[in-house]
Amino acid sequence: MAEYSLNCRGMQCPGPIMQLFTQMKTAQPGDVVTIVVTDMGFRKDIDAWCRKTKNTLVSIEEKDGVITAVVRKGE
Amino acid sequence: MSEDKKTIIVFSGDLDKAMAAMIIARSAAAMGNEVTLFFTFWGLNLLRKPEPVSVKKNILEAMFGWMMPRGPQKAKLSQLNMGGLGTAMMQYVMKTKNVPTLAEMIAEAQQFGVTFIACTMSMDVMGIHQEELIDGIELGGVATYLGAADDANVNLFI
Repeated sequence: MAEYSLNCRGMQCPGPIMQLFTQMKTAQPGDVVTIVVTDMGFRKDIDAWCRKTKNTLVSIEEKDGVITAVVRKGE
Repeated sequence: MSEDKKTIIVFSGDLDKAMAAMIIARSAAAMGNEVTLFFTFWGLNLLRKPEPVSVKKNILEAMFGWMMPRGPQKAKLSQLNMGGLGTAMMQYVMKTKNVPTLAEMIAEAQQFGVTFIACTMSMDVMGIHQEELIDGIELGGVATYLGAADDANVNLFI
């Protein structure tokens, strides 16, 4: 199982999910991607994105205006 | 009807409206959707190459071509343009806020596999030739668009 990390600080919507989508295309099911984002819309967006792309949001936390989310690639 | 297909008619050539269309198109592509954009009327100008292309035109076509903006860099805001000042301010703010330019958004949408279709009737009426459009644009009529829209679950007119 591989782990990836994406730094999307300063990137505007929909930049972070576009980066995540691109990363997930090369990942295998079960692989985990940690993504760091400063766009506050991402908190809701990542829920919808995971639901529609059949990936799993493992965790999400926000600290000092920075969101860190962990997403696992689905089957 | 499919859940993973979206279609957008890009009628407007305004900067703000075109940005909305491109942001939705790029997001949908990033959600794994098949996206088709149908460019008609003023929207066609967004697909023009920024530099003049020498093609044979009659006087009316040439006048239209001269009067209409060439490419996304020339698109203006639909409101508060103020002789170009508002548009320049918006472009400056977008740059400082790390928002891609409209041209970059279009290129990115193409990289993400969004299908761009230029309406052939509009091209004919406005005297726009395929050589004047950026690469990767398919030509089609309204039936092409309707065929795509029938299979999609979201269809927008912008």
